[in-house]
Amino acid sequence: MSAPSGGGASRDGYGAALLEMLDDDKVVVLEADLGKSTKSCLFRAEKPSHTVSLGIAEQNMMLVAAGMATSGYVPFASTFAIFSERGFEQVRNGIARPNIVVHLCGSHGGIHTGTDGSSAQSIEDLAIYRTLPNMTVIHPCDDISARELTLQLRNHDSPSYMRTARNKVPRAYSEDDIQKLQIGKGVVHREGDDVAILACGVMLNEAMNAHTELEQAGIHATVVDMHTIKPLDTKLIDDLTRKCGAFVTAEDHSVIGGLAGAVSEHVVANQPVPVEMIGVQDRFGESGGSDELLQIMGLKSSDIVDAVKRVIARK
Amino acid sequence: MERGMGFNVTELEAMAKRCRRNIVKMVYNAGAGHPGGSLSAIDMLVGLYGHRLRVDTDSPKASDRDRFIMSKGHASPGVYAVLHERGFLTESDLDTFRKLGGSCQGHVDMKWCPGVDFSAGSLGMGLSFGIGCGLAATLDSSERTAWVMLGDGELQEGQIWEGVMAAVHHEIGNVKVIVDRNGIQNDDFCDHQMRMFDVSEKFSSFGWSVMEIDGHNMEEVVNAIDWADQVTDGPACIVMHTVKGKGVSFMENNPKFHGAAPSEEQFQLAMEELA
Repeated sequence: MSAPSGGGASRDGYGAALLEMLDDDKVVVLEADLGKSTKSCLFRAEKPSHTVSLGIAEQNMMLVAAGMATSGYVPFASTFAIFSERGFEQVRNGIARPNIVVHLCGSHGGIHTGTDGSSAQSIEDLAIYRTLPNMTVIHPCDDISARELTLQLRNHDSPSYMRTARNKVPRAYSEDDIQKLQIGKGVVHREGDDVAILACGVMLNEAMNAHTELEQAGIHATVVDMHTIKPLDTKLIDDLTRKCGAFVTAEDHSVIGGLAGAVSEHVVANQPVPVEMIGVQDRFGESGGSDELLQIMGLKSSDIVDAVKRVIARK
Repeated sequence: MERGMGFNVTELEAMAKRCRRNIVKMVYNAGAGHPGGSLSAIDMLVGLYGHRLRVDTDSPKASDRDRFIMSKGHASPGVYAVLHERGFLTESDLDTFRKLGGSCQGHVDMKWCPGVDFSAGSLGMGLSFGIGCGLAATLDSSERTAWVMLGDGELQEGQIWEGVMAAVHHEIGNVKVIVDRNGIQNDDFCDHQMRMFDVSEKFSSFGWSVMEIDGHNMEEVVNAIDWADQVTDGPACIVMHTVKGKGVSFMENNPKFHGAAPSEEQFQLAMEELA
């Protein structure tokens, strides 16, 4: 795949995708006073008739979206990842349970969100939404993939949760390789036989950097953008189990229940191999720069390199 | 689609009595369920389905039908009884209440039951859903209307007031709310659990048009439905004063029958009273 370039935050990709859906009168956008942050404001500016402001009231937003969806519309509702959780039971009972196709986007996910501090840094969203039957859970790594995956949601037949990030990282995709993106399918960015690093969100960038460091040490790693946490690409994981025999997961999320949980559940139930997990170690975040927080939380490429060495030793 | 069933007040009253019998039968046969809030709501449910709602039994999901959203989803026996009268459910469907694989789930569920527009069971969500239906109808330039029934205890949920604000902000004229003010919730009387004082005043202070009625007087019920239909510049709320368990002496105004089935002896007595 092409080399990473300048980059945009995944939330920018969400906003860009909404703009590409302006000509579809069945698409409606719902906001809870954070449209400037989630980037749904771009759609609002162009098509206020199909944008619904619900104020700072997330629970109401979830069910308004459900009501519109059952009336033939395709709602894209967004707020911060953390505040979407205030409406979790609404998503559970009002959207997932009746399998109503509402697309929920939680921006500012993870500790990479930075200086706002721990109240704004959801580190559990992927885990909780993944437990709901019918839900698709997606966490893209950059703006280009977020745009493409959001566009694919327009014709998706189940409700979804997409987590986007506040801050930019180098792009992993260019316009030329968006055809490699498909909901439910991991994208292999680097190939190697010694270990498979499965990453999502901003951690794909760290995984790519780790790959470079590992090559210098003579360790050949496969690196996958596991942008869809659910449904998990189990075929790819099975292939990599046979090929590499060891995994490292990397996510800006608690190590409990997110990508690490999803991968481990599948691996131990099928073909057990060692798995090391890079993620937030059952603690809350704090204020700081994105990179500072990645460092103190143990989410840097060097942490992935160490995890790779540990997991290879366990093979 | 036909509007209502063409029944006059006397016919609606007779329909309500049949529904009351079915409510008590369903709960007795299942050995569980919520008779009290079904019996308080049933006259309005009969008014809506018998006098007003445009729905189609041959096409329960017809896009231009009116929506009825039973937000207090535990009052499911009342909904099933009236859906039976309107032709969505057979008598044997009613026997599936709370049974494995049955269309009559414990709480109303749109995935299981024809004619049910909203999967309820968790209080506080129905008004928001109705607002979504109303906004969609406006975008479609459709005259379809969303009718939402709330329990009075349910008003304690914060999400209700998020919806109350949103309906006014968006000047939604195609959403109608009915509050079943029976004064009793799961554990006890509402006044012991969390006082709500003047419900009408609360809705009107947010900017809603409000009408108060006796929810067991069919003429008032029908007139209130017609009144709500005329309110098109914003949301309308009917606060109906009701008696929990209405029609069965030992259930009336008795918190024990919020969510309990009658014994065999009580069932026989109820059937005599509703004969």
